[in-house]
Amino acid sequence: MIAAILAADFRGRPAILASESGGRGEGYEAPTVEEFFPPPLFEFSVFGLDFEITRITIISWIAVAALILLFFFAARRARIVPGKLQFFGEMAYNLIRDGVGRDVIGKQAKPFIPYLATLFFFILFNNLMGIIPFAQISPSAKIAYPAFMAILSYLLYLGVGIKRHGFFPYFKGLIVVPGVPVYMHILLIPIEFLSNVIARPFTLAIRLFANMFAGHLLLVVFSLGAAYLLVQPNVSVIFAPVAFLVAIAMTFFEILVAALQAYVFTILTAVYLEESIAGGH
Amino acid sequence: MLDVVAELEGNVTAIAYGLSAIGPGIGVGIVWAAYIQATARQPESAGLTRTYAFLGAALSEALALIGFVAPLVLT
Repeated sequence: MIAAILAADFRGRPAILASESGGRGEGYEAPTVEEFFPPPLFEFSVFGLDFEITRITIISWIAVAALILLFFFAARRARIVPGKLQFFGEMAYNLIRDGVGRDVIGKQAKPFIPYLATLFFFILFNNLMGIIPFAQISPSAKIAYPAFMAILSYLLYLGVGIKRHGFFPYFKGLIVVPGVPVYMHILLIPIEFLSNVIARPFTLAIRLFANMFAGHLLLVVFSLGAAYLLVQPNVSVIFAPVAFLVAIAMTFFEILVAALQAYVFTILTAVYLEESIAGGH
Repeated sequence: MLDVVAELEGNVTAIAYGLSAIGPGIGVGIVWAAYIQATARQPESAGLTRTYAFLGAALSEALALIGFVAPLVLT
């Protein structure tokens, strides 16, 4: 009813706000999922498999090249008294070794630290491409990236568990809660199976994907909104700087999210690994 | 046969995600509140409980994540 009153009020005079001129198919067009499917720059097929090289593929190559170069030059000609770059590389590696490896896994962390550190910096560099000018889309916003890394972590911690404890004892430890009445197992085993075996890799991948996907859409909504409001022939022009400022604030927020999600992915992988080493419940 | 008294237009999946985010929102809030409280009471335990805080937040976040992808998958 309020909408009807407002609509009646606006009738018969020119629009003051941009939101009045709206309607289906005109006015501001919100970004859609199409944003994540840019046209391929070139494509080829190898043995019947089709490859499409898009903008996002190249952004991911740049991120990985930057990562490799940074750590290559940090590790080259390592000295006992480190230089600036070597100090930076050691500090970055120690962050994962002490903060994730030793704190979470403990004494047996050593063989897994290279994997955890690689995972962290790979995700971090890919996430940060979401806010680097001219790239401004994170490869992690495509489900294939987080899904592949989650599958890798899943296979790793399953493999470690099976190797340490044997196939059946490991899965028994994973899905059977000790010390509960026998009849409760009817309820608990399916729940534990779902949450420990199926939901873990799924949520690991979706968490990273959803954060990057939503973050990118948020930035696009505010940037396009600012651009749209700026060309309005009515009072709404004054709101353009607000949308622009929010877009900038959200860019800084995305830096935080990029680092946090890389850390969360790494620490959860470490927690699952620790459980595989210790043998479940 | 009932008459249609109210009609909804547009994308209903946005409402579905909103509903699925309520519980995890409260859950994640409780987890971090407990972590902050524990750290304030005993600052030395911050490193020890951080892992559990992340694990608890990740577990309660899972439903919101499923709610986020369900509309993408089902449409």
